[in-house]
Amino acid sequence: MAFDSWQAFIEMGGYGFYVWLAFGISFFAIAVLVINGLRARTKLQREFDKEQRRQQRLAQRKKEVS
Amino acid sequence: MTQASSWTAFSTVMRRDLMVVMRRRSDVLNPLLFILMVVSLFPLAVGPGPDILGRIATGVIWVAALLSALLGSERLFRDDFLDGTLEQLTLSPHPLSLLAAAKIVVHWLLSGLPLVILAPICALLLKLPSEAWLTLLATLVAGTPILSAITAIGAALTVSLGRGGALLSLLLLPLFIPLLIFASGAVEAALVGTAAWPQVLLLTGLSLLTLLLAPFAVAAAIRVSVN
Amino acid sequence: MWRWLHPYAKPEVVYRLLGRWLPWVAAAAALTLGAGLVWGLVFAPADYQQGDSYRIIFVHVPTAMLSMSLYVALAISALVGRVWQLKMADWALAAIAPVGATLTFISLATGAIWGKPMWGTWWEWDARLTSQLILLFLYIGVLALYHAFSDNRNGAKAAGILAMVGVINIPIIRYSVEWWNTLHQGATLTVFERPPMANSMLFPLLISILGFGLLAAALIFHRMRNEILRQELRRPWVKNEFGKELNEAERT
Repeated sequence: MAFDSWQAFIEMGGYGFYVWLAFGISFFAIAVLVINGLRARTKLQREFDKEQRRQQRLAQRKKEVS
Repeated sequence: MTQASSWTAFSTVMRRDLMVVMRRRSDVLNPLLFILMVVSLFPLAVGPGPDILGRIATGVIWVAALLSALLGSERLFRDDFLDGTLEQLTLSPHPLSLLAAAKIVVHWLLSGLPLVILAPICALLLKLPSEAWLTLLATLVAGTPILSAITAIGAALTVSLGRGGALLSLLLLPLFIPLLIFASGAVEAALVGTAAWPQVLLLTGLSLLTLLLAPFAVAAAIRVSVN
Repeated sequence: MWRWLHPYAKPEVVYRLLGRWLPWVAAAAALTLGAGLVWGLVFAPADYQQGDSYRIIFVHVPTAMLSMSLYVALAISALVGRVWQLKMADWALAAIAPVGATLTFISLATGAIWGKPMWGTWWEWDARLTSQLILLFLYIGVLALYHAFSDNRNGAKAAGILAMVGVINIPIIRYSVEWWNTLHQGATLTVFERPPMANSMLFPLLISILGFGLLAAALIFHRMRNEILRQELRRPWVKNEFGKELNEAERT
């Protein structure tokens, strides 16, 4: 272990700001990418559900007519 | 009906394009005026001292060249795309890359060549020391074909999109960076009195390579845009 | 090879396969990335010259390496898409581009942040930072072109052509920027050129490189599945496959 205390770990030998800024930006960018992908998937799910309901309605209608 | 040779097709496309442009003289003159305007803006912005102007002259002239190549890019395929000529070209029995090469040549004649002719005036306006003039001219002759070829690729990719302007510059400007670096490096070498020919040769080589490969990329891009 | 590859070009097969791999790859990515970064941040010793600021390397180097190879992967999938007209290659292109662009951005940002304590300035026109910036521009161009087309298939084709043009240009750009940098260089910047690393720093670095690679793979798989669904949403196989997945997700 390179650090004696929690405090030293945060300070990073005086470079804490830069190290944590770099890690923070990286984490943020990857989080944006992940969330963006997940949201695209939920949107696709919603679209899929809508399409399914539409097809069900169509089938129902067809049954009623015949 | 006899099959026209590929060379005839090449020169026919070229002649037709030139004729279309010549019908609208302003299209020929405006890029020239644009370059002169850009070049004459800089002394007003940074001050007329010869030391600073001479240092930035090459950069300014080359940036003007990039911008004027982008400015002329609409003309390359837009009208032909809108009136269906481009589709006809893809159906022709001749290789599309050859016809694309003709378009590249026309673009160079209308945006690269005027720049080469105007270069002495620009150099004069920007007080570029006279020992670098020849090198500047050499880089322009060797480098502007690259501009036309790469611009043609971008224009062919974006022709079906309608609002191509900003997107086109986004796509193309990064690809122009080596050109800018080598050209200004050559002139700088001439200014400090060392040999500039390695950079000029390098530019010529790049230029030949680009001219060899670009028509195929343009042809592929036209095929994507047309269907 | 063609006969072997052909069944894998079917969207439902690719979708199912990626779905099966995704959890494993994601778990492996989380594990290795966590291990590499914790080792790098907590256990690796401080650098005798740069102190603790060098710990940025554990993000910077992996992302910089990946940014380059992902662009090459982008161009290769574009080439495959052009030559064999595989739809799968188009989806791969659409999935790789945003991941590559983000990693390029990260490497650029961390490089600049590292530059501040080391060089005293946020931005130095250093050869590597500059070519990384240009790489980011190339990625942005590909993404912008892809999204400019309303039809994704055409967008993927156009973006693919651009990616291929770009990948031919990358060595030229790298070389020219390096040459330009030696021409204009003020002071020698040697942050990135280090003597061979001690093992105590090298191992966590290697693990983080592996971790970022797995992370990129997981992200690409996930995005590629999305891309497949988006294109094929009205096909019958989606009903079976996707419906089953949704049911499973609801049950758990």
